[in-house]
This record gives sequence, C-alpha cells and structure tokens, in this order.
Amino acid sequence: MTNSSKAAPSTVAVALHGVSKHYGNVHAVDGVELTVQRGELFGLIGHNGAGKSTLFKMMLGLIAATAGEIQVAGTSVRGSDFRVTRRKIGYLPENLVLYDNLSALETLRFFAKLKGADQASCPALLEQVGLADVGKRAVHEFSKGMRQRLGFAQALLGKPDVLFLDEPSNGLDPMAIREFYAHLRDLREQGVTIVITSHILADLQERVDRLAIMASGKIQAVGSVHALREQLDLPLSIALRVEPSAQAELKAHLQAISGVDLQVVDGEVVVRCPRPVKMAVLAALSPLGARLIDLHIHEPSLEDLFFGLRS
Amino acid sequence: MQNLEWRQIATLAGKEFRDRMRNRWVLAVALVFTVFSLVITYFGGAQQGQVGLRSIEFTIASLVSLVIYLIPLIALLLGFDAIVGERERGSLDLLLSLPITRLELLLGKYLGLAAALTLSTVVGFALDAVLLFRQFGMAGLYHYVGFMLSSVLLGLAFLSLALLLSVVSHERTRASGLAIALWFGFVLVFDLLLLGLLVASGGEFGGQMLAYILLLNPADIFRILNVFSLDQMRSLYGLTSIVPPALANPWLMGGAMVAWITAPLAIATWRFRT
Repeated sequence: MTNSSKAAPSTVAVALHGVSKHYGNVHAVDGVELTVQRGELFGLIGHNGAGKSTLFKMMLGLIAATAGEIQVAGTSVRGSDFRVTRRKIGYLPENLVLYDNLSALETLRFFAKLKGADQASCPALLEQVGLADVGKRAVHEFSKGMRQRLGFAQALLGKPDVLFLDEPSNGLDPMAIREFYAHLRDLREQGVTIVITSHILADLQERVDRLAIMASGKIQAVGSVHALREQLDLPLSIALRVEPSAQAELKAHLQAISGVDLQVVDGEVVVRCPRPVKMAVLAALSPLGARLIDLHIHEPSLEDLFFGLRS
Repeated sequence: MQNLEWRQIATLAGKEFRDRMRNRWVLAVALVFTVFSLVITYFGGAQQGQVGLRSIEFTIASLVSLVIYLIPLIALLLGFDAIVGERERGSLDLLLSLPITRLELLLGKYLGLAAALTLSTVVGFALDAVLLFRQFGMAGLYHYVGFMLSSVLLGLAFLSLALLLSVVSHERTRASGLAIALWFGFVLVFDLLLLGLLVASGGEFGGQMLAYILLLNPADIFRILNVFSLDQMRSLYGLTSIVPPALANPWLMGGAMVAWITAPLAIATWRFRT
C-alpha cells in the first residue's frame, strides 16, 4: 500500500488505486482504478454481485481492501485520521434501517451527536426533505419513501463534502425522485461530491456527470454517458413513419447504405445503424420530402450501454 | 489504536438505556425481581413449615437460587442481539460509517445495557431491602447490599458473555440459540457435571483443584460470594461447602467476577475488530 499521508490532488475527492478485495478465491473487487473529481455527480452501476457494494464499503472504510489504496477527501480510509474525515462524509445505505422507536427528529439528533454535527440543524434538514410536519412521529409509522427521505437527511448531517448514496431512490415515488435529484444538483453546485448507485439506469442517465460500469469486480468502463456511447460505438436507432406509398422507396434508399439494418414494426420503419452513417441515413430521407411523416432518433440508452458492455 | 471518545460511548449508551426505559423493559424486569424476592422472602421457609421473615441468612440463601437462574437468563436475552441484530438488520454499516470506532460502539452498547440491567436489579430488590432493614437492622442490610452488588456483577458478567456471542454470531437465531445453550451450560449442567464426576470418582476427582474449577463458572462465583459471606449458610450447600477458606475472600471472588466481565468483553473487542 502507498503511504497514507500522501495527499491526493486537491481536485480529487475520491481516489482508488489498484483496489482489490478477495474472499479466498473469490475476487469481489479486482484491481480497481478510479478517481472522482470534487463536485462531481458520479454513478456506479453494475449487476447484482458486480462488486459495487463491496467497493462502496471499502470507500467508507467499513471493510479493508486486500490490496490497493483508497483516499476519500484526501485521507486514506485506513489511516487513523479518517475518523475526522468521516464527519464530512454522508452515507445512505441501500437497505436503510432506522430505529423504529425514535421519532424522525430524535433519529436525526442521535446521528448528529455521533457525527459531531450541529443538532440545531436537524429541524431544517427535516424541512429540506419534506418531513418537517412529521418530525415528532415515530419512524415505525413512516412509509418506505419517508424513511428514505429521513435517511437522506441523516446523510446530509454536518454538511458533508462527499456523499455516498446506495440506491437512494428506493421507495420514492416519481415526484419524490425528481425532487431528490434536484436536491443533488443543488448540492453538486455547492461543491459536494456525490457517488451514487442505482438499479434504475434511466434515473442516472441524464443526471450523472460520469459513471463507471462494474462487472465481475472490475471497472469495465468509465466516462460520461456521451463518452461511453462513443467508446462502445453501439448502433443508434431511427424510427421513421412514412406514407405507405413511400415505404418501398425508403427501403431502397436505406438498403444502399452499408451497415444499416431495417425492420418494420406496426407500420413504422426502424433503422439501426452505426453512428458514423447516421448522417448518410438522414440524407437518404430527403428525396421523400413531405411523405416523411415523423422521425425519432434514439441514442443508445445507459441500459443499452450496460448490456452492450456485458455482451 | 485510536483514542476512545467517551462522548461517543455516552451517546450510544444513552440510547440503549433510554430504549430499555421507553419500552418498559427496566420496569418489567424490576417488577419480576420485586415480586419474586418478596414471595421468596416470605414463603422461602414454607418447606420447613414456616412463613414470613426468618433470618437474613435464609432469605439470602433462597434469593441466591432465584438470582442464579433468573439474572443470567435475563442478561443473556438482553445482550445477545446487541451487535448481531444491528448487523442483520443492516444498521451496523450506517453506524460504523460515522466517526465512531468499533470499540466505542461495543462499549457504548455494553454500558447502556449494563445500566438498564443494574437499575432493574437494584430497584427490583430495593423493596425487599427495606423490609429486611426494618426487621434485621443495619447488619441485615449490610449482607443484603452485598447480595445485591454480587447480583449486579453476575448480571454484568453474563451480559458481557452475551455481547461476545453477539459479536461472533452471524445470525440472530444462532446467537439466541448460543445464549440459551450458555445458560444451560453454566446454570444447570456445569455443577451437575462436577457433582457427577465427584461422585463417580468417589470424591477423588479434581483433588485440591476442584474448588478452583468452580471459578470457571460465574454463577458459582456468585454462589461462593454469598455463601461465604454468611457462616451459617455454608452448611446449606453441597458442592460449594468444599470451597477452601482461601476462596472465601469476597474481594478475591469479586475480582474473579470482574474478570468474568472484562475477559469476554476483551475477546469480543478483539473479534469485532475485523
């Protein structure tokens, strides 16, 4: 391992170098190299058992790495001074369990005490997550979504510099998910670094700055969604609706372009083509003129990228 | 090793203690002790055809049997869930992601539960203490306070064992099974086994060491502590009557009990590190 006193560059909030976690012959995490920049909203995705949770726990210093070095906010997670750094780290676990016998306010005050955060900030945090009116109600009366909001408020105690959010949208309704991500955007603008996992890839797609895709304990790809699209070069699809009389002509034009795959689904022509020929496909549509009724271009989604990478 | 932050320990202990107060655990256990101690005090001599307060020796002798069965069980049931429960529910990771060490978490849990157990024990036996004081004066109270103190130590020793079980177990069901097994082992089987071996060997088993083997059981230490504090009571017990006077020193036995409190906690701390 490298010396824990070696500080990470100031713009790097989380740095992993050659990080592995082995359980006997099982390599839960294998040689991970990763950096997350300060103020970045970073997604970590992967199928169940890919190693995300293990990596999360190692980044929080909950389990020790078999090899490698992890620094969060410039501090080695193995160092004794990481205890102080923890005050500036927020964590929302995947399977959040709170104390049912405490009220929402008591819950926050308990965690605030342990985190060394200002207890006076608790009512304001409840307000931020929309639980101000139920602060005195016992947690056992809360719905899953309300518990998740309370868990998020707990993660925000002490104004963290780095937030680790494991499946944070679990149990939230669509409106609450939208509000939640708006909150994350505000935090990011304030310079908070956010590392987030989610099984709902569509939630992350338009919201993260960059993401890493994990499989078999390894990082398979890292970058923005756009960069990953470029990197993986997955075909995009173009859905075309034309007048029935123009379909044959359309097919003739498109089949002349190499690499194009055509399918007709419910009267709609779906064209799958490599990204470099996208403009050629569009140019082939111009002779149709007004007989082209509608057109939709579908870039590969994060889900497409995820499965494309796995295959 | 990182420095202990007592503020963190106090926060964790305070929560554990308040939880037991809030869910009326302390009240329920105190009531159990009160009812049983009063009943035993008044009716403990019924087999000999007597009811009511007889003597401090007989009262304590009767209560020792109650405490040996009840307190270890209560302490084990109180503590077996402390760590494994947090682990199984998934709240342990959240706690450990905060600026607390594993040792602070363990000590906080232990001290909070210990405070609840101590309060319920002291309150539970307090009414009996008042009655005995009125009947037998300061001498009676002196012995009874010694009995209460040793009862608290017995509870703390089994609570310490419960926390060890809670740390080494990966499932609550396993921890609860081990707790019950431990209770059977220390409270029922241990003495029976020793007696059996003693009888089978015609009194030869263990030799001089036999008395010291009793120190391997905190329930027996508790019995020795109370039996040897009262001369008249030595004759009431079979196995412990063989204890040499060297072991009759209450400070020595108190020290042995403290060792039974600290040793399991130390092992639990060591196991909980990883």
